[in-house]
Amino acid sequence: MAILLLADHNTEETAKALTAARALSNDIDILVCGEKIQTIAENSAKLSSVRQVLIAKADYLAHQLAEPMADTILTLANDYDVIMAASSSTGKNVMPRVAALLDLMQISDITAVLSPDTFKRPIYAGNVLETVRTNDHKKIITVRTASFTPTPSQNNSAPIKIITPAPNPNLSSFVKEETNKIDRPDLTSARVIISGGRGLGSQEQFMALLLPLANKLDAALGASRAAVDAGYAPNDWQIGQTGKVVAPELYIAVGISGAIQHLAGIMDAQIIVAINKDEEAPIMQIADYTLVGDLHQIIPELEKAL
Amino acid sequence: MKIIVAVKRVVDYNIKIRVKPDSTGVDLSHVKMSMNPFDEIAVEEAIRQKESGKISEVLLVSIGPEAAQETLRTGLAMGADRALLVTTDQTLEPLAIAKVLKAIVDEEKPDMVFLGKQAIDDDSNQTGQMLAALLGWGQATFASHLNIENGHATVTREVDNGTQTLCLPLPMVMTADLRLNEPRYTSLPNIMKAKKKNIEQKSLADLGIDTEARLTILSVEEPKPRQSGIKVANVVELVSALKQKNCI
Repeated sequence: MAILLLADHNTEETAKALTAARALSNDIDILVCGEKIQTIAENSAKLSSVRQVLIAKADYLAHQLAEPMADTILTLANDYDVIMAASSSTGKNVMPRVAALLDLMQISDITAVLSPDTFKRPIYAGNVLETVRTNDHKKIITVRTASFTPTPSQNNSAPIKIITPAPNPNLSSFVKEETNKIDRPDLTSARVIISGGRGLGSQEQFMALLLPLANKLDAALGASRAAVDAGYAPNDWQIGQTGKVVAPELYIAVGISGAIQHLAGIMDAQIIVAINKDEEAPIMQIADYTLVGDLHQIIPELEKAL
Repeated sequence: MKIIVAVKRVVDYNIKIRVKPDSTGVDLSHVKMSMNPFDEIAVEEAIRQKESGKISEVLLVSIGPEAAQETLRTGLAMGADRALLVTTDQTLEPLAIAKVLKAIVDEEKPDMVFLGKQAIDDDSNQTGQMLAALLGWGQATFASHLNIENGHATVTREVDNGTQTLCLPLPMVMTADLRLNEPRYTSLPNIMKAKKKNIEQKSLADLGIDTEARLTILSVEEPKPRQSGIKVANVVELVSALKQKNCI
């Protein structure tokens, strides 16, 4: 069973999706689409058990636009039984387009591979796990990377082959991007995450309280929807059903009440600490350690104690 | 210009879901149902575009049971002009929904189709992308800002490390993210007026589309509950507990 895995430009995410792919078969090729992709291709080639890396290079692929990406994947589809990608914003954007063009139903966000055609995936904001079997002849799958450990990159140097991308269908064009350049570990791969909610009160408080603590623990910073909506933190820090799903070793929730939609993003954290003034807050019911009190007092104390 | 907005009737986002004892599905009897929150945002955006004079008509489409009429009424009360319900008692997968929507688009010839980025029940995040593919149109997913000008849509999208702005010629498909807008509340007079608006009905069977399920749901279960936690009295206790667990 041959698998085509679409590389995420974050190699860590690709390595996690690869672990899910290896549970299906060992005939795995990785496809890297983009413009300046040599390093990504070389890193992908190092990942254990990759058969070969295909690279499709074009200026119109630089920003991972769905239409030319999907068309390029389509030129390869005949050679593969499974086409997979991480559930990153690119994977979620491109893969359903591929699926529909092949008249296949996608299996979104798998958290476990039970057999080559049977998978587990969360529904209802992670409150329910569904076991689903596909009857399609070919499978299109996106992988919830928080549920898989990364495949190590050692002892491999898969051949890198250049392929011709599909022409640009000109259905969309890139205008600009704004990335939040922060000198912090990446949320989806961080070992420790400190996350703030509405309880922080303002953007200034959010950064003044949480940043020193995050520095001490070499932690990534996250946020609840309430904190993002209030402008305390940027959009891409949002954790939950519609933001990022994370699975760190330690998750510290500060001033977050714990709506269903937020809990959906942290249920796989190994240890959850909740710091909140409200003992009855839902997050206190699922946390491993709870500390009731005023976060404005507790967080500086905690920083000093570390 | 005309916009079609696809809306789905789902379990209300505040409801704590329970799995049926026989693990065949979730218990939806006597549970409050509402319009999918992302679809509300899509409806709101269409109505705002109409209010700014860029759009002349907003048509709502839903595919589901008779009860989905309520969902359409909500959208009509928000300000949509017309509504169409494709009735079926089947639960359709995103691919089938996209095919039904394509048939409606072929007939109605809108300039844009808006959808929510995902439904909060199946959490698939597929239908908008699939519809764009079937129509051969461009797609702007996870939209947080839209500007329509000179036959083009300029859309800012929420992506993993920030935002990305794209420009697409019309017709195109857009899926709404949380921060696109804040949906309005429906006022009582508008709810009354919406009752007089017509909801056209079509039967799924009449459309002659293959909607056979490609996925078989073998079982559903509740995730393993987390072990109940420990309340610590102060920072010192917390730090020593975390040190003991080797996570700091």
